[in-house]
Amino acid sequence: MSKPADLVQGTLDMLILKILALQPLNGWAISQRLKQISSDVLGVSDGSLYPALHKLEHRGWIRSQWKSSENNRRAKLYVLTPLGRKHLEKETANWSRISAAITGIVQLKEA
Amino acid sequence: MHLEEWLYSLPLRLRSFFRPNQVDEEMKEELREHLEEQIAENIAKGMSPDHARRSALLALGGLAQVEQQCRDVHGRSMVRDFVQDLRYGFRQLHRSPGFSALAVLCLTLGIGTNAVVFSWVEGILFRPYPMVAHQERLFAVAGMVPGMRIDLLSWPDFLDLRRDCTLCQDAFVTSISSSTLNVGDHAEVTTGSIVSANYFDALGVHPVLGRGFEPSEDVGNNSQAVVVISYQMWRDRFKGDPQIIGKTQRLNNVLHTVIGVAPEGFYGTFVGRAMQFWVPVSMLKTFRNGGYVLEDRGARWIESYVRLKPGVTRAQAQQQISAIAARLQNDYPATNRQRGIAIWPLWQTPFNQARIVGPTLEVMVIVVAFVLLIACANVGNLLLVRSLVRVREMAVRLATGASRGRLLQQLLTEGLILSALGTAGGLLAAYWCRHLLVMLLHDGRELYLPGEIDWRVMAASAGICLMVTLIVGMVPAFQTRNLDVAGPLKAAGSVVGGRSTGWIRSGLVISQVCLSFILLVGAALLLESLQRIRNTSPGFSTTNVAVTGASLVAAGYDIPRAKVFYDELLHRLTGLPGIESVAYGRITPLGYGDFSSTPIAVDGFQASPNEQPVVEYNQVGPGYFTTLGIPLFSGREFARADDENAPLVAIVNRTMVMRYWGGQDPVGRRLQVKGHWVRIVGVVADSKYESVAEISRPFFYVPLRQDFDPEPDLYIRTNQPFESITSTVLREVDALDPNLALYQTITLQEQVNRAAAPQLVAVTLVSTLGGLALLLAAVGLYGVMSYSVAQSTRELGLRMALGADATNLLRLVISRALRLTTGGVVCGTVAALLLTRLLGQLLYKVSPHDPLVFGSALAVMAITALSASLLPAWRASRTDPARVLRD
Repeated sequence: MSKPADLVQGTLDMLILKILALQPLNGWAISQRLKQISSDVLGVSDGSLYPALHKLEHRGWIRSQWKSSENNRRAKLYVLTPLGRKHLEKETANWSRISAAITGIVQLKEA
Repeated sequence: MHLEEWLYSLPLRLRSFFRPNQVDEEMKEELREHLEEQIAENIAKGMSPDHARRSALLALGGLAQVEQQCRDVHGRSMVRDFVQDLRYGFRQLHRSPGFSALAVLCLTLGIGTNAVVFSWVEGILFRPYPMVAHQERLFAVAGMVPGMRIDLLSWPDFLDLRRDCTLCQDAFVTSISSSTLNVGDHAEVTTGSIVSANYFDALGVHPVLGRGFEPSEDVGNNSQAVVVISYQMWRDRFKGDPQIIGKTQRLNNVLHTVIGVAPEGFYGTFVGRAMQFWVPVSMLKTFRNGGYVLEDRGARWIESYVRLKPGVTRAQAQQQISAIAARLQNDYPATNRQRGIAIWPLWQTPFNQARIVGPTLEVMVIVVAFVLLIACANVGNLLLVRSLVRVREMAVRLATGASRGRLLQQLLTEGLILSALGTAGGLLAAYWCRHLLVMLLHDGRELYLPGEIDWRVMAASAGICLMVTLIVGMVPAFQTRNLDVAGPLKAAGSVVGGRSTGWIRSGLVISQVCLSFILLVGAALLLESLQRIRNTSPGFSTTNVAVTGASLVAAGYDIPRAKVFYDELLHRLTGLPGIESVAYGRITPLGYGDFSSTPIAVDGFQASPNEQPVVEYNQVGPGYFTTLGIPLFSGREFARADDENAPLVAIVNRTMVMRYWGGQDPVGRRLQVKGHWVRIVGVVADSKYESVAEISRPFFYVPLRQDFDPEPDLYIRTNQPFESITSTVLREVDALDPNLALYQTITLQEQVNRAAAPQLVAVTLVSTLGGLALLLAAVGLYGVMSYSVAQSTRELGLRMALGADATNLLRLVISRALRLTTGGVVCGTVAALLLTRLLGQLLYKVSPHDPLVFGSALAVMAITALSASLLPAWRASRTDPARVLRD
């Protein structure tokens, strides 16, 4: 399957959406940003990035367009759609709620 | 998946479906791009190019795998999912065979009735002529006389039209004719067409043996005795003789050379009949009793068609043809004064059976749409019940990670299975019902009105199938919309689906009741008008009168011989035991023949400047009015002495007296008919001439002898049983000339019944479908009521425990059923009030808003609703409170 085993389902999607919310990027740039942001902790392999991108595109959360880059090569640029932005907001809220709850539980056990 | 997501993904999915290579290329390019960036970075880090490449591939985790994963996203998985859903759906249907059978049956009914009616519309109205190409460009041509219905064309008019109509690719003539065909030692009557020589070329139909006609065969009087025979005739009568071309065949006693055999499946161009032979117009005299009239512009006998050039609209062609007609009026005022020429699309062809079944089929299209909707509502209801049962299954699938989109896909697939089975069944039913119309219209003559199941009917049925899939798939999907994953799993066996589903189910039942109520009203209206038609007096006595005739022209009689023959026959029959009176008439009222018509002039009557009064008339012999029982108001009947040597006379009807003589007795005055003055000798009562439903109109009669026709009908008033009269007439005709064939002998009553055939067909079809719809609605109501009773056993038990008795519960359930029915009937009444106008010309002397009809439909609906809810109500009243509450 396309999902990395150690990544909570949906997390990769959320990260991609978050990255694209800042600016439209191509696949390579997204992979670089992922590594940068998560400091390699999440271990997103480049191989799982592209199926995830295509899936998001099929769900209408992101859109792609071919642009020629500065060195005159074609690059596929991904852009967040309004639908994607809505989804991102919902997921972010969800995530904060769940992570807060889990953090609470984890701390409770240690105390 | 939400609708919005579908909107986004659909173009992508379509693209990956139709342009898979391009999508694949782009995906590879994107990955290549990534690899190159990675390699460049690796090299910048100091790796060797080789190492950099390997490392980049490694980081990607295998190029091929990633590509495959992307392809999965692109929708390859959709096909896989679909197959999986299909298997699963079939298993589900197999698991509850009763439900599946009922659902498929409902849909078969709904889709089947549509397919049947489509196939009729296609095969009878839109593309009635098998093997003829581009029928949408064929138009029927007929003359128009102001203030009168359509008229036919004459040959010279037709030739001018064909020459001058530049927007027409072609124009051809066909005129139906019957012929006595002598094969071996016996003679039989068969039907064929007199056609212009370009007939087969214009239709694009090519004989399988021999040739079609050549232009020279249009010319002359009986000069070209050639015939093209039908494939059927070639196979049956000539045993498929391969050497048939050049052999001769006697038709109407004239030897014809067979020059061609039409292809199998070509039936000519007359809706309602399968033609057996075609002869050129030059053989007119042999096949029509009007004689040779190819040079007579006033002799109108032609049914013709034009084929418009591609891209030409009906309006453009009509404009040009009207201009041609105007020129003809100008050039030939004697014959063409005030005559227009009009064209009609094939389904409105004014001179064949299309005219009779057309209005019925138009109504049927609406009726079957209703039946389909009712069937859908029923199946939707069934699926809804089942989806309530399957709510646990759905919850499990959601909990284990299925998206709602997948569930919807699954439900739609199950809907597709049902509707595809229904469509298959429906098309099969349509195939069986192709010839049903002929059976219903059965009028004693060979009718040929087949339904046609071509790709258009198939496509329409497939479209309906998809629509049904959406409807029946969406109903349960609507229900899973608010499905809570935890609920159904927690409380195993409890029933889910609160008020919202109850609301959908009630809505479905109300719409079913509404639709079937409309159909009930329609059926009742048609039934009522059929009743009124049956009870309307045609103005002549229909009992104890037999009608027959002999084919003298076919036997080679000329006019003097025919006159002698008819005199002798009359003489022999008069006075025979059981025969009260005998008379001849050219056209039988309410029959199929066309009355003659003429411009008239009346002393003292001033027509408005632009209107030339034209009146229809019939040629009848002495004793006609006595024999048919038409009352004579003043003057006298025609006598034997009113013959070709006597002064011209006429008898007029009452409406004509009112219109042209202001109600004053016109006996003794004169009337101008076809330019000759004739003396009026009598006034008779109005009667029906062409249809029972017509309103009174001016009409007159002239003596048969003074406007002779060699093949009049013979009327015999008798007090004997019908069969004995038939044999008496046969015996007498045989004694006069053993070579003569008699036409079928029928009673005048039967003739009148045949005139009501369109109404009869409409009544039969609409009431059958109305009954079906009622049954479906009853099943729906029963389903909803039993389900809600089964659902509320706890409540019912509680009520009983608290002191409600069986009657209370009975009333509770029935009143709920009646509430639903009332809702449906109210909607149905409003809709019916708006819709019944569409029945238009099928209704006779019945208001489309007849309160009695609405009342009886209401009664039927109420009884049906009561009976449908009785069993569930009874079950409710038998609720055992102790057991229910314990459970």
